[in-house]
Amino acid sequence: MVETIIGEDPLTGEEIEIPANVEVGEIVDSPATGAELEIVATDPLTLEEAPELEEDWGE
Amino acid sequence: MNVGLLYSRIRQDEKLLLSELRSRGHTITKIDIRDEQFDIANPPAAFTQVDVVLDRCLATSRSYYITQFLEAYGIPIINDATTADVCADKVKNSLALQSAEVPTPRTEVAFTTDSAMESIERFGYPCILKPVVGSWGRLMAKIDSASAAEAILEHKSTLGHYEHKVFYIQEFVSKPGRDIRVLAADGEPIAAMTRTADHWLTNAAKGAETAPFSLDDRARELVADASKAVGGGLLGIDLMETGGGDYTVHEINHTVEFKALNDAVSTDVPGEVIDWLEMTIDALSDNNSNEIITDAETT
Repeated sequence: MVETIIGEDPLTGEEIEIPANVEVGEIVDSPATGAELEIVATDPLTLEEAPELEEDWGE
Repeated sequence: MNVGLLYSRIRQDEKLLLSELRSRGHTITKIDIRDEQFDIANPPAAFTQVDVVLDRCLATSRSYYITQFLEAYGIPIINDATTADVCADKVKNSLALQSAEVPTPRTEVAFTTDSAMESIERFGYPCILKPVVGSWGRLMAKIDSASAAEAILEHKSTLGHYEHKVFYIQEFVSKPGRDIRVLAADGEPIAAMTRTADHWLTNAAKGAETAPFSLDDRARELVADASKAVGGGLLGIDLMETGGGDYTVHEINHTVEFKALNDAVSTDVPGEVIDWLEMTIDALSDNNSNEIITDAETT
């Protein structure tokens, strides 16, 4: 069973549950809305709306 | 070893690297480039304890400048400023490959829509128009007709940013429905895969199907030469098959993603990357020790 942590969706205020092994800086899809959220802290779990894709992003 | 991981977004690739580094007991300093300010004389505090910095910035502009800063501070960064400078810009990339006599698609650059149209007519249809900076197959255009060329050039010339007025025009290479991505460390292949799609773009980011690929001697030779041409380091080198057992090198990526490759091959890609990183840092340390001894002997 995958360990999870709980936080608040910054866009809807809903409580969401995501895998506990996330990293700060990682992007996750909100289980509530599907929106991309950025992990800004893990203890406690804090999320922000992920930045929009920019033109010079890539590899 | 204290490894600074410089990032603005942690992708699966960075998670694989972090996991491998942690499993080997290395200290990791995660540095979000968005939080830092860079003084031209002294490094930010976050960088003072690191032995090496891995540039995993998603934004090419940030990668370009940060590599310059770290080199000025004397902090080892992978990839280094020379490689980042050449690979960040498709014009510089093409010039480097051509200068090193590495086969690469015929390319012309023009600065006005009229001269770009002349280039396109000379190449014939189809040909390719690419942005000079960009990745994941975005804003790439396969031009099939003069009317399409006129429309695309007009759009690009009105987009605003000056880079869109640098028209990078390339021959269309009729590849066999796939290209080859090679992950290489200082020219030595770690693993390779094919990327197959019905679409003319075969980027993994565009959903191409991947499969392991065994490199022949010619491909290995080109990977080594292409790596050397852009300054070496950890690179994603893209080749197309041109028939008769030969290839052309069409792109080299310096903040290479390898999650898709790791899924496609049996090689432990992050393990091999960190093996190479450890070896590289050991070599740097040995060089620095030798320089210190030499300095002491001459004073």
